[in-house]
Amino acid sequence: MTGLLESAKPFLLPMLYAVVIVLVLPLVAGYIVLMERKVMADMQVRLGPMRVGPHGLLQPIADAVKLLLKEDIIPDEADKLIFWIAPVLSVTTAMLALSAIAIGPVFQIADLNVGLLFVLGVSALGIYGIVLGGWASNSHYSLLGALRSAAQLVSYETAAGMALVGGLLLAGSLSTKEIVATQAGDGVWFIFGAPVGFFIYLVASIAETNRAPFDLPEAESELVAGYMTEYSGFRWALYFLAEYANMIVVAAIATTLFLGGWLRPFSSTPAFNFLDYAPAALMLVIAAYCFWRVPKQPVQVQKGFLAVVGLLFMGLAAILAAPLFASAGSLVAAAKPGLHGAFWFLLKVTLYIYVFMWLRFTFPRYRFDQLMRLGWQFLIPLSIANVMAIGIALVLHRESGWGRVPAFLLMNVLTLGVAALLASAGEKKEKAKNEPMVGEA
Amino acid sequence: MLEQILFYFFGGLAILSAVLVVTAKNVVHSAVFLITALLATAGIFLQLHAEFLFIVQLILYAGGIMVLFVFVIMLVNLDVSLHQVQFNRQWWLGLLLALVLGAHLVIAIAVGRSGLPLGQPAPAASLEPSTQLVGRTLFTSYMVPFEIASVLLLVAMIGAVVMAKKQRREAGAKQ
Amino acid sequence: MIPTGYYLFVSLALFTIGVIGVVTRRNVIVILMSIELILNAVNINLVAFSRLVGSVEGHVFAIFVITDAAAEAAVGLGIIIAYFRNRETLLADEMDILKW
Repeated sequence: MTGLLESAKPFLLPMLYAVVIVLVLPLVAGYIVLMERKVMADMQVRLGPMRVGPHGLLQPIADAVKLLLKEDIIPDEADKLIFWIAPVLSVTTAMLALSAIAIGPVFQIADLNVGLLFVLGVSALGIYGIVLGGWASNSHYSLLGALRSAAQLVSYETAAGMALVGGLLLAGSLSTKEIVATQAGDGVWFIFGAPVGFFIYLVASIAETNRAPFDLPEAESELVAGYMTEYSGFRWALYFLAEYANMIVVAAIATTLFLGGWLRPFSSTPAFNFLDYAPAALMLVIAAYCFWRVPKQPVQVQKGFLAVVGLLFMGLAAILAAPLFASAGSLVAAAKPGLHGAFWFLLKVTLYIYVFMWLRFTFPRYRFDQLMRLGWQFLIPLSIANVMAIGIALVLHRESGWGRVPAFLLMNVLTLGVAALLASAGEKKEKAKNEPMVGEA
Repeated sequence: MLEQILFYFFGGLAILSAVLVVTAKNVVHSAVFLITALLATAGIFLQLHAEFLFIVQLILYAGGIMVLFVFVIMLVNLDVSLHQVQFNRQWWLGLLLALVLGAHLVIAIAVGRSGLPLGQPAPAASLEPSTQLVGRTLFTSYMVPFEIASVLLLVAMIGAVVMAKKQRREAGAKQ
Repeated sequence: MIPTGYYLFVSLALFTIGVIGVVTRRNVIVILMSIELILNAVNINLVAFSRLVGSVEGHVFAIFVITDAAAEAAVGLGIIIAYFRNRETLLADEMDILKW
């Protein structure tokens, strides 16, 4: 028994982190849904949810309560075991992927030395949640939607992986902590070394998470709701949670590999140390906005809520500013890397997710064959070209003694040339396909 | 102690899932149990300090090959298959022969036990870092098999596409 | 420390179950899945011995086995789809066109 306890000790802190993630993730996903609705409203020149809580801030909680209380409908001939297990599988793989990601230099469940590939592999397992869910619903729409979605996911998985390889060449390691450490050491984020790779990963990750403009398998005007058609109540909530958790995972990977992880902008230049006050300043600005809007709320209760939210942000600002004003060497000052690292990481993840939402409300949906053509005939060759280009740039920089900027600039420009070539070839094919045949009216 | 619990868990799960693969009536259930068996095997790889192989198993086998299987099962879905007899007529003979083969292998290992040091494995440090070591070995000593494997995959891809493609209808119908 | 013999036992069990699946089941897809079980058993064996000896050559060979399994699964399933399109059956004993 004591042997078991001894061997379990190194697992206690990671288990605590895991519990925190499992408890916090549904809340965070709910608020990302709210953020999406507000951003959608903003881009469509309206206000979005405003009633539940001040400015709609309690909307996710209302939605969660509603979904929990809904009736649980299972289709008649559905395969009960698989019907039950499919949403669970989706959510489990999404949460599992979060375990290998470092949210700051301190908060990480497991620093695997194949961390990045682990997240990729677990996201590949997430396909089963979709395919088995569509199958178990015993409905044509669900099956077609599931098969389409799985085909899309598999196609863009390769492109995403190769784009990550382009960044990994610069990092030299698969472990998330070491990737960020390399970016800190080099002083430059990898997006500046492999920008084409970053954009390939951006597009591929939008397709991986079934977001618009690649959301054909689950859009409301197509195939009802695809694989989610027959799911209601809490099971649907699990699928939804899995989708937003996948968005967070994908954003976290892009942030770790391309955007410098938990590093502050210009982290290795002491001249920019004033940016250390930026987190607290941002929180104070948000708190000030909350207090400014308090008198304009229509209802007394909402005024109270908004004031509480404002106080919350002031508390966050105090927490973020405390390590900067505490005496060096004390416990509070030692928390600075963890706290500030987490802040910058979450800020970058939020920005990436905001770009997702921005693209969703800007572009029309891709047709399925256009989607597959984009994945196989444009993104995959381009990502292979990107890997080769980054490799050549590294050889030029490290072996032949070229400077860092000319080597990478040249190879990235060449990759863009390849992209232009592929795009023009694709356009020609598309035009030829859409032309009316000879003899038709 | 923890290591032994993990080994028994993964090993037991692998064997149990394998039995369920072979005996399940519904083909989709068989596929799901095979995925479980593959994940348990990946766990065994992780215990043997083969992280790169763990990841390869996860991404390729469980996340690629099995997706292919599940796709095909759903494409050739037959509702009537649930009521058909699952085992062929000579199942008793097949079972007997397979068990004889298994016993043969057990005896072979037991008899040759002195020749193989089957006790304690080598220290794990010689296998780390697994990814870099495997990559180096793959690209230096085993370069030719690597290239042949890629040609094999290309041939398999072309073959699968050609075979699964629908036959083109006669000229005149625009697809 | 788990002795290598234990891993060999697991590999053996998986192998035998896979062989039983291949010779006993009628559904060709299940036969293909049992072949995958056999290949996995071989992989466990390779990696266990690689750990025993302390070199990564077993890992490299296992990667080749996985690659081959992928190629074989793809081609095999393509054949099954083509056959199913023609004959509407997935049972091994009903695929007897070449019998005299």
